[in-house]
Amino acid sequence: MRTNTNNRPATVQTARSRLDTNRIKRDFPILEEKINGHRLVYLDSAATSQKPRVVINAILDFYRRKNANIHRGIHSLAEKATAAYEHTRKRVAHFIGDVDPEEVIFTRGTTEGINLLAYTWGEANIREGDEIVITEMEHHANLVPWVILAQKKKAILKRIPITLCGHLDLSNIDDIITPKTRLLAMMHMSNVLGTINPVAELTESAHRQGAIVLADGAQAVPHMAVDVKALGVDFYAFSSHKMLGPTGVGVLYGKRALLEAMLPFNMGGEMIREVRFDRITWNEIPHKFEAGTPDIANVVAFEAALTYLEELGMDKIREHEIALTKYAIGRLSEIDGLEIQGPQEAELRGGAISFTDRDIHPHDISTFLDTKGIAIRAGHHCAQPLMRILGKIATARASLYIYNDEADIDALIDALIDMRRYFGV
Amino acid sequence: MSEPLDDMYRDIIMDHYRSPRGKQPVKSADIRSDGSNPACGDELEMQVEMHDGTLKHIHVDCKGCAISVASGSMLAEIVEGRPLEEARRIAELVRRMLKGEDVELPDDLGDLDALKGVRQFPVRIKCALLSWVTLINGLENYERGKADSDTPATTEDRE
Repeated sequence: MRTNTNNRPATVQTARSRLDTNRIKRDFPILEEKINGHRLVYLDSAATSQKPRVVINAILDFYRRKNANIHRGIHSLAEKATAAYEHTRKRVAHFIGDVDPEEVIFTRGTTEGINLLAYTWGEANIREGDEIVITEMEHHANLVPWVILAQKKKAILKRIPITLCGHLDLSNIDDIITPKTRLLAMMHMSNVLGTINPVAELTESAHRQGAIVLADGAQAVPHMAVDVKALGVDFYAFSSHKMLGPTGVGVLYGKRALLEAMLPFNMGGEMIREVRFDRITWNEIPHKFEAGTPDIANVVAFEAALTYLEELGMDKIREHEIALTKYAIGRLSEIDGLEIQGPQEAELRGGAISFTDRDIHPHDISTFLDTKGIAIRAGHHCAQPLMRILGKIATARASLYIYNDEADIDALIDALIDMRRYFGV
Repeated sequence: MSEPLDDMYRDIIMDHYRSPRGKQPVKSADIRSDGSNPACGDELEMQVEMHDGTLKHIHVDCKGCAISVASGSMLAEIVEGRPLEEARRIAELVRRMLKGEDVELPDDLGDLDALKGVRQFPVRIKCALLSWVTLINGLENYERGKADSDTPATTEDRE
């Protein structure tokens, strides 16, 4: 059943003029795949994004023409590989608001960046009775390391609660962030609710109390312009694979003074300056934190993803997603029995849209949609405490990106209507 | 509609899902066993009233998807009234069937054949397994003289 095809909101027309999704789709070879006999409708970019041809080619190109280990080789290929690897670092530094490239540490992903911080800064700075503040909407990646650290150090874990609309409840913030707070660890954009959190405002509150701030930017950096200096955060972690880049690469940004005071995370090659059997001195930042051979090819290819995003323009990407999120929420609201989680106003949120059906379990939703070639996510989205607060055992989540358009949303809506008929509800 | 989907969501499955059996609470629970699949959030509570070595009454309360609810409902319908040993044998048989073994189901268990459809959907097998693993866990503990299971059964460590 096709509903409402002539009566689409004007905003979608505007979105069309902003990002040429037909052209963008052609840049992603996987979107030509047939899934269960249908065109792939990929609505799971919050889990991982698809990769444009330029990124796939950059991986091949590295292995074909530049492959060597970096930093210590004294031959041309090693110099080429090192230059390409370090070039990505400079591009990342520029991408997140023109920070010093030495403040950009490559990790395996957001999770490793947060663990790096917990095991080094956390280990050295959190003491008994100190307070660590997180939010109730955190992904396990920015939750489990702090729960464990707090237990180990007998520190106190405090939570910023959420409102019924899926925003952070800041009404008692002065009781939560106090002079005892040593760290505020918060997500920038929720992977479940889509909420964009007031990172700059909360960073200011935390700094006033002498705390340091880590933001988990895994969902934010791919979808909006992020300027870590404007946010004021001390640390910021994100992943390449959610922003068109390869898996196995992440970034931890940290302020120079903090990074220099921290001990290394992994010990081995590259992170040292001088090694004797009884005395070791550390390398300079960022190399101090990059022991062993990193994922060179994927770091190099990550640069192609950054270029692709910059050419589209992060502000235009954000506008496209606001318009498409608005359209998706509007159309999902047409279906009886669906409940959408998180803020309903597209301007206040990203394009990860969690919903539940009164009668049909998220796993049944996901299985049904899959037979139509539609990929969504179903489950707790690595946020079990948040699920408990929402009173759900799981949700279905459709998440949007640059290659999605209103036809993808229409396919989802049609399939959901079919599904309710199939299940007889 | 695509065939694999119809294989999984057979009429009999949908019937059990819409009106699950085993909803009645038991008078006194000799066996209490909980199951959960943390990865998907499904939770199941099971209580059994024993009488003369048979499962006189069974209560199954499953908060989960169509497959896990239907599977739990079929379990309640099938094992109620059976001797403990037989119930365990059936549960083991279903477990092996869901894990892909070629097992022959006795005629009076023919309905369970409907669960075979999930084998085409590897990520959903654990949904169908949950209630059976919870029963096996409960029966084992009962025989060891414990009415309550210490830890919930999960298909994630019983596979």
